[in-house]
Amino acid sequence: MSELVEKSRSSEEFLKGLWKENPVFVAVLGMCPALAVTNTAMNGLAMGLATTFVLLSSSILVSSLKSVIPKQVRITAYVIIIATFVTVVDFGLAAISPAIHKELGAFIALIVVNCLILGRQEAFASKNTIGLSVLDALGMSAGFTFAMLCISIPREILGSGTLFNMPLFGESFEPWVIMILPPGGFFMLGFLLLGFNWYAQKRKERNLIKQN
Amino acid sequence: MDTEQQHIEISELTPEKEPSSLKLVLALGIAGLLSGIILVATYTYTAPIIKANKEAAMKRAIFKVLPNCASYSALKLTNGKLEEKVPDADNKKEEDKEELLVYSGFNEDKELIGFAIPGSEPGFQDIIGVIFGYNATGKIIIGFEVLESKETPGLGDKIFKDADFQTNFTALAVEPEIISVKKGEKQNPNEVESITGATISSKAIVKLLNKTMLIWQEAIDKYIKENNLNMAQKDE
Amino acid sequence: MDNLIWIFVSALLINNFTLSYFLGLCPFLGVSGKLDTAFRLGLANIFVMLITALSAYALNTWVLVYAPYLRLISFIIVIASSVQFVEMALKKLSPDLFKALGIFLPLITTNCAILGLALFSTNKGYGFVEGMIYALGAGGGVTLALVLFAGIREETRILNIPNVIKGTALNLIIAGIMSMAFMGFAGLFSS
Repeated sequence: MSELVEKSRSSEEFLKGLWKENPVFVAVLGMCPALAVTNTAMNGLAMGLATTFVLLSSSILVSSLKSVIPKQVRITAYVIIIATFVTVVDFGLAAISPAIHKELGAFIALIVVNCLILGRQEAFASKNTIGLSVLDALGMSAGFTFAMLCISIPREILGSGTLFNMPLFGESFEPWVIMILPPGGFFMLGFLLLGFNWYAQKRKERNLIKQN
Repeated sequence: MDTEQQHIEISELTPEKEPSSLKLVLALGIAGLLSGIILVATYTYTAPIIKANKEAAMKRAIFKVLPNCASYSALKLTNGKLEEKVPDADNKKEEDKEELLVYSGFNEDKELIGFAIPGSEPGFQDIIGVIFGYNATGKIIIGFEVLESKETPGLGDKIFKDADFQTNFTALAVEPEIISVKKGEKQNPNEVESITGATISSKAIVKLLNKTMLIWQEAIDKYIKENNLNMAQKDE
Repeated sequence: MDNLIWIFVSALLINNFTLSYFLGLCPFLGVSGKLDTAFRLGLANIFVMLITALSAYALNTWVLVYAPYLRLISFIIVIASSVQFVEMALKKLSPDLFKALGIFLPLITTNCAILGLALFSTNKGYGFVEGMIYALGAGGGVTLALVLFAGIREETRILNIPNVIKGTALNLIIAGIMSMAFMGFAGLFSS
């Protein structure tokens, strides 16, 4: 019986990051990278994966050390841990794929001020077991990467006519260039949030009707 | 008496004492130490790979702007003269970004083909970074490659996407100076045809080339004379 | 290296930190919409940026040459300390301003704009003077964006806005239009 409860709790921890508590769409956290590097789908995916690595490693380390870190210096300790893993990702990416590292530029390093990561350490990893923290981290990162792809795929298709650098349309396609420029980022996220809100409102209305 | 007892019991129930400053410093110190170990390990492992990647990229760019290039060496400008750049022996220091470098390119017979010169200049949106190949005897630019550009997609980015624009730089004379002209009006070897709809980006490239030549031309001429280098004969 | 005027104007208008690089969005979208607060937040930003530019340059030139992997951690520590310092100084010198800024001041620490400034400025290899001018331009750009945005939001408060778009969605679209407007500054300095 307790196994079933645990299993459902685990899946809940993982799934909540994807939809109900999606970091970008619901809590509107971590927007700086979300808009800056989503001009192509590949960049969005790479940023999502880099953030996943940082969030996962930080959560594991913070959760393992939660009883050792004194309350007064916990934020400082978290920041040191997060900054360490961000530096690891930065150097790692520069070694593995110089092209992507050049495209993402300083925004890899800016993962460290992504409120999502520090927020998860404070709200979850410092208070739960390593296992649950891993699930939480994976769920939130999956939600974040999902959001990045939701923003970057339409931007790339509309703005360059390609997807993951593969041309989709013929020569005659005139790309909507503004979408891969900064305003496009603002508009894309704005319209996605609008869609989100509209869907949530429709659901609320439907539930109200059902209740009556 | 009663309140005193209660007071003592309450303080016993709350064992959470403010940890000493020493403990806080120690905790942070250990966190710092852990972090340091991870970082040094990562750096030691990745630094050589990153350096190799950078060199490979530079090599590709130099070989592209100097045709038939087989090897190159770096030269830096000190007091108006070109000197061989001695690679940092113990590789401890990071590259000095302020240092101005050019690269002399040699073909398979170790003859000097020309110099690959990097330069940068603000364009329409942001700085444009370029490297071009310069033949010092003919005083012409023989190759051109854009390294960094944030110009407008579809317009300014034609500086590296438009094949017609690239043909400007196969034999571009640098004397007396490079001038930009409208498309279709090129009459002299020192003229560059701008891209229609991207005049500012094109003019920025011309300004870049003139400015960079101003920095290096004299030093290069002096260097060739002093070292009596053999220039490779151009295949006509 | 680069023309100083170009560095300043580029950071202020052409490549505005908030509207072109998406830095400093948390306070930008979260600002209450009051012109006054926005302006003061912008000023606090400029001040912290100046201190950060100075420290980033010092660190980069004398310390990080030997340990480039410590760059991120050292920058963050410096930024956090600068904000602490500014907080203490403000409390003593101008308690009204301190109270008016409230929660925003410590939040500057996680503001991507400050760390972004340190990273961009060292990546571009700016010297001391160039770094300070860059910080002035960047801080000015953030302030400009904040003030303009707060002004627009003050206007929208009396409007009838549908519920689906109210809030962050509308703010993002307004920001997008502002970003488009600022794109018009490109090519400001050309021969």
